[in-house]
Amino acid sequence: METLIAGKNVIVNEEGYLLDFSQWNREVGEKIAKDEGITMTPRHWEVIEWLQEQVKADKALSIRGIKKSGVLDIKEFYALFPGGPLKISTKIAGVPKPKSCI
Amino acid sequence: MSKTKVKKMLFILSKATIENVYAAFIMANGARMEGIDAEIFFTFFGLEAIQKKKLNGLHVATVGNPAMHIPTMVGGLPGMEALATKMMKKEMDKLDMPPVDEFLEILSASGVKLWACKLAVDMFHLDEKDLIEDLDGILTIGDFYNQADQDGTQMLFI
Repeated sequence: METLIAGKNVIVNEEGYLLDFSQWNREVGEKIAKDEGITMTPRHWEVIEWLQEQVKADKALSIRGIKKSGVLDIKEFYALFPGGPLKISTKIAGVPKPKSCI
Repeated sequence: MSKTKVKKMLFILSKATIENVYAAFIMANGARMEGIDAEIFFTFFGLEAIQKKKLNGLHVATVGNPAMHIPTMVGGLPGMEALATKMMKKEMDKLDMPPVDEFLEILSASGVKLWACKLAVDMFHLDEKDLIEDLDGILTIGDFYNQADQDGTQMLFI
């Protein structure tokens, strides 16, 4: 469905995930983060950019992958995106919600 | 935010077969990933999963497990459990499932509280030094019930 996020018309699924990454920009990400109760900092953006690179490289995202990433550890991930870090961070990043159970 | 009404999951793990240990770990991790609190209480044989010397040597049960599709007599032959375990671990590795020690690290870093059962620790003559560093403490079952301190708490026996 089409919706207006940060003054931009974007297509999202029923959970609010962007379906077309080309419609993503930082303002859109910032607004999604705000709705999740998160104020973005430079560190948040570093993680978001890393997630976007992983998805572009066709790598599956998982919590184990975070542990091995060398970018951040699991504790920091939960601290940056409390309340379900992988699903919230991917939503902000404009990439699909990971389907893995781990 | 999540629509789930479950706010906290308390798991009691009483068995040390791989399939039971992973069931508890995957559900606890899955809870945290959905923003749900999770704690695991290791009791009886479940304690093997947090004993430094034993946790990476857990086996799948080949006897008394009809879903293995191995006749019970064959399942009891020497080496069968090790073979079945090796095969299962290979499949789990393909799905990027971490081994027990790494999974415990992930759980602890994710905020899952890990508790040992006092009665079982005493019964097996274990000491805190036998158990993993990430353990949050040794509790009685009464203490563990008190961890169910909010609405939407569920307790599951595995």
